Amino acid sequence: MSLSILLKKNTNRIKYLGKMIHFFRKEWYNSSIKLTRGDYVIRKEMIAMLLAGGQGSRLGVLTAQIAKPAVAFGGKYRIIDFALSNCINSGVDTVGVLTQYQPLRLNTHIGIGIPWDLDRNVGGVSILPPYEKSTNSQWYTGTANAIFQNLEYMEYYNPEYVLILGGDHIYKMDYEVMLKFHKANKADITIATIPVPMEEASRFGVVITDETKRIQEFEEKPPKPRSNLASMGIYIFSWPVLREALITLKDQKGCDFGKHIIPYCHERGDRIFAYEYNGYWKDVGTLGSYWESNMELIDLIPEFNLYEEFWKIYTKTDQIQPQYISKDAVIDKALISESAEIYGEVYNSVIGAGVYIGEGAVIRNSIIMDGSYIGDRTVIDKGILAEKVKIGNDCQIGIGEEAENKWKPDVYAFGLATFGEGSVVPGGIKIGKNTAILGETIPSDYPGGMLESGGSIIKAGDIK
Amino acid sequence: MRAIGIVLAGGNSNRMKELSNRRATAAMPMVGGYRAIDFVLSNMSNSHIQKVAVLTQYNAKSLNSHLNSSKWWDFGRKQGGLYLFTPTITQDNGFWYRGTADAIAQNLEFLKDSHEPYVVIASGDCIYKMDFNEVLSYHIAKRADITVVTKQLGKEEDATRFGTVKTAADGRIVEFEEKPVETSETMISTGIYVIRRRQLIEMIERCIEEERHDFVKDILIRHKNVKKIYAYEMNSYWSNIATVDSYYRTNMDFLEKETRDYFFNEYPNIYSKVEDLPPAKYNMGANVKNSLVASGCIINGAVENSVLFKEVFVGNNCTIKNSIILNDVYIGDNVYIENCIVESRGTIRANTSYKNEGEPIRIVVEKNERYVL
Repeated sequence: MSLSILLKKNTNRIKYLGKMIHFFRKEWYNSSIKLTRGDYVIRKEMIAMLLAGGQGSRLGVLTAQIAKPAVAFGGKYRIIDFALSNCINSGVDTVGVLTQYQPLRLNTHIGIGIPWDLDRNVGGVSILPPYEKSTNSQWYTGTANAIFQNLEYMEYYNPEYVLILGGDHIYKMDYEVMLKFHKANKADITIATIPVPMEEASRFGVVITDETKRIQEFEEKPPKPRSNLASMGIYIFSWPVLREALITLKDQKGCDFGKHIIPYCHERGDRIFAYEYNGYWKDVGTLGSYWESNMELIDLIPEFNLYEEFWKIYTKTDQIQPQYISKDAVIDKALISESAEIYGEVYNSVIGAGVYIGEGAVIRNSIIMDGSYIGDRTVIDKGILAEKVKIGNDCQIGIGEEAENKWKPDVYAFGLATFGEGSVVPGGIKIGKNTAILGETIPSDYPGGMLESGGSIIKAGDIK
Repeated sequence: MRAIGIVLAGGNSNRMKELSNRRATAAMPMVGGYRAIDFVLSNMSNSHIQKVAVLTQYNAKSLNSHLNSSKWWDFGRKQGGLYLFTPTITQDNGFWYRGTADAIAQNLEFLKDSHEPYVVIASGDCIYKMDFNEVLSYHIAKRADITVVTKQLGKEEDATRFGTVKTAADGRIVEFEEKPVETSETMISTGIYVIRRRQLIEMIERCIEEERHDFVKDILIRHKNVKKIYAYEMNSYWSNIATVDSYYRTNMDFLEKETRDYFFNEYPNIYSKVEDLPPAKYNMGANVKNSLVASGCIINGAVENSVLFKEVFVGNNCTIKNSIILNDVYIGDNVYIENCIVESRGTIRANTSYKNEGEPIRIVVEKNERYVL
């Protein structure tokens, strides 16, 4: 209390830039350390628990070797960067990242948190994988179960509030504003919600609130929605409430926030409020929405603007040299990242760091991630190429009529040709729409030098 | 590595014209995302030199903010680290650095407190890649007192702004002239020296006694007959950027694939401070040919044979030719720029034209109000 008054005085006295104060104040606000009986007892006001263990199976071959939060986005970023940047920009400097599915890339990406300034003496980022216990060992079986298994981590920081996040959305959000809302309402739980068009509300879990924004009812994918406030899967819990609920429901199979914890708390009459967020928020759960939200970044003034000085998105960058655009290159409406070398033509596409696009190649409406190589005269339309994909010369990708994918029609749709990490396509091959390729392919994989629309070639990874 | 590093980054050069008003030469932005000093720091880091002192004096604001953390070059270690030494007033000294030797003399404690047997001295305004271990091995094999890294300049290049060197067959330096008015020599000193630490301390102490302040004139040239000073010739890319012309040319060299590959795609890497900037954005009407573009740029116009540094905004219907646009420049609509270097954080008004009229390269410093964004 005295600290905040002191800081308030200081902020009045010192005329820093508004932004500086914003960060300065937040920084101190949250890393308060209390002194009791000669020991320093760590106390963070709010810590974040970031759920990053999911596979994201609807992203198909893109998540064959890496977890969904580690999938590249917007050229140089990875999906988890948005949640991590939101945390540090909101002054939350203690973040536990819960990993389970294919965590290697995620671990190397996060490291000790340097890119997000999350390398802290007290707090910072911690990777929390499932671990063996003396009595039993289990994987994370549900979102709340994962949090429960890391009760000790939260107890160590002894927070007043715990922020529960997913690592798979694209958005910029100030969690501190949400916390203020939580405090003002003396809430036990605050759920972040976003208004969606009424006709789409039936695809979401919606909440029905009274005029004070207190939640009366929940509806999961209602056929006739009575509200258009969709839950974003972001929760602030008062720590004692969360702790009690997790321990009570610890034997619940596949314990989940939406299915078990929230209903339990609601039933016993906890104060649950809906915080309304109005801004860009995109779930990139399917190849279609992933492709679309990448393409939206190319708009003249994108709704989700990465070029603002305020609320920067941070990421780990290995390559820093400028990109080279050759004298024969043509670029029209594109995002191109560091150290890319462009000799061909690029239209309406997002190009990652270190990508090479050969002479005479034509790239349209595509996403090409870090370190991929496109041979000379290759033509690609509506392709998603994961990292380090190599396409030979004279290929034609995304041609012909659309046809339903024979292997997983619900995943490989939207007319996209999708290539998993490290895939190789030899020269002179033609590939149709709604196709998937993973692994090193050779000419004999393509009868007649062609993969028809709807076909798939999987030669690597343990994808089912 | 058995050496510590000293980077001389205090200088400015009037041959940099208006570009030096803003910063020391070592802090000049280079090739889109770098600054000149990144190259020597990366070389030292990659040679496993863990303890490096950067001596600054002239307008070190940019340099200091660039070096505000040592982690980018991997110097943030328990052993060693990155040290920044600016002149300070002490009990027995109230001078600025009066020369390169004086700069070292004023920080002699740093040398005395170190335990590494050798010292690598280099300047902060040269663009090259080098493994200092190789120079050190040469130094030890020759039983040299001082080793000077030299470079053979092309016939057309101006050697008079460097120190020229003449060697005997075994590599020992027999003649050394500092910035001669006229010379037929083409072998020059690159300003990179390897010397035993105790030897250096001894020589510097003698300089202090005799009130001499320059490393080249008062140490190298005076000792060339009594000490064994050897030349180590480097054959790879090396360029000093301390004139407008060479600064321009060095940046343009990176439009060649060979140069880019050598510096960026071959081990080891060149490091720099990472700024979190989004990818470059090309809007409708962008027409970029044979150019380097750094991150954070937004391009709406035509760019040809140019280098765009970070966060440059190019308006609609612009034409930029054979130019270098430094960091965070805003260029309004319908602007024509040819053979220019546009100083960083400038704002170019719409419907204006800048050409080099007569001079080889024109430096554009524009402090207009920025209306948009």
